[in-house]
Amino acid sequence: MARISGVDIPDNKRGEVALTYIFGIGKSSAKKILDKAEISVDKKVKDWTDEESNLIRKIIAEEFKTEGVLKSEIQLSIKRLLDIGCYRGLRHRKGLPVRGQRTKNNSRTRKGKRKTVANKKKATK
Amino acid sequence: MARSLKKGPYIDFRLENKVDVINNSGKKSVIKTWSRRSMISPDFVGHTFAVHNGNKFIPVYVTENMVGHKLGEFAPTRNFRGHVAKKDKGKR
Repeated sequence: MARISGVDIPDNKRGEVALTYIFGIGKSSAKKILDKAEISVDKKVKDWTDEESNLIRKIIAEEFKTEGVLKSEIQLSIKRLLDIGCYRGLRHRKGLPVRGQRTKNNSRTRKGKRKTVANKKKATK
Repeated sequence: MARSLKKGPYIDFRLENKVDVINNSGKKSVIKTWSRRSMISPDFVGHTFAVHNGNKFIPVYVTENMVGHKLGEFAPTRNFRGHVAKKDKGKR
């Protein structure tokens, strides 16, 4: 069990994959970290020595924003958009897609579960 | 796609001049503009712009946070008031 960057406990996976369990680290940054630490990307987390995991911890702490820090930064930039009342802020406020996607259909990620408007005109006769 | 950095930000020439004149004279007045595409430059901070939205002019007071956005972002062109309520409700 390795604890890196706060709460995360990835285990039993290749280092490259295990690091992506940390919020803010994807595959490419995981690769960069391991390259810098000179650890093979194929080496599993359980095979890391203490020194190696400490080195990784150090690299992440110095060069990457992860977890809470990153999340609060994202929230802050969204809040900025909301406060200045620009178009993107309005879209955030309404829970609609921000980057000009269509909203006639799809965009369910932003809009959430379908809200059916009841009583569409029934075909009579 | 984002604009090439080489070109610098786009600001309407006439709008820029107007702001300069106002900055130099030290007076404050609302600047009426149709140039929604102009980037808000640091000189604009503290002025009020009346930005055209296709129908009327929306007053936009520029603050520091708005620098780097375009004027048009603050004057919505569409006004969605929600869907029409069903007239014959309860009719089966």
